[in-house]
Amino acid sequence: MLFFSYFKDLVGREVTVELKNDLAIRGTLHSVDQYLNIKLENTRVVDQDKYPHMLSVRNCFIRGSVVRYVPLPPEEVDIELLHDATRREARGG
Amino acid sequence: MSTGPGLESLVDQTISVITNDGRNIVGVLKGFDQATNIILDESHERVYSTKEGVQQLVLGLYIIRGDNMYFAFQSVVGELDEELDSALDLSNLRAHPLKPVIH
Repeated sequence: MLFFSYFKDLVGREVTVELKNDLAIRGTLHSVDQYLNIKLENTRVVDQDKYPHMLSVRNCFIRGSVVRYVPLPPEEVDIELLHDATRREARGG
Repeated sequence: MSTGPGLESLVDQTISVITNDGRNIVGVLKGFDQATNIILDESHERVYSTKEGVQQLVLGLYIIRGDNMYFAFQSVVGELDEELDSALDLSNLRAHPLKPVIH
């Protein structure tokens, strides 16, 4: 539940989602659910010349199980907060 | 919450689905469930290659399984912007096929 809450706080931010098939999609985080499925708006593929498959897609739903990374800029991440929350979750959950 | 709000807004829209084995299937979303199994109507597969233009294979009514079945589920579902899509010159599009998902 920790990362579900974490991503809910990121809604509205511009994020890049890297998938397990190496596709990287950039867009505004619209919503997330308990499976960490992600909905992005104003999407564009990071390497458009290599991956023209999604040229006409502007909004997308990404199944949580195929996400490899969601890279975030270090200045936007509160590491201490995450550490504490993870420790609490590990103890309690 | 499951995929309720996720895919509800896309029902009856033309969507593009990327499956686990890297295939791109375009069709009208007719239904879905919690496991992300989906029903696509009037679907066709777009086969990309670096040697010839994009091939479109007509499939008709399709069910794509959202579960852990090998070769059977979709990774990305995207709403197709019709205007942008019709502007694409598929016969001149050259690209490597998408890679399959590796867990």
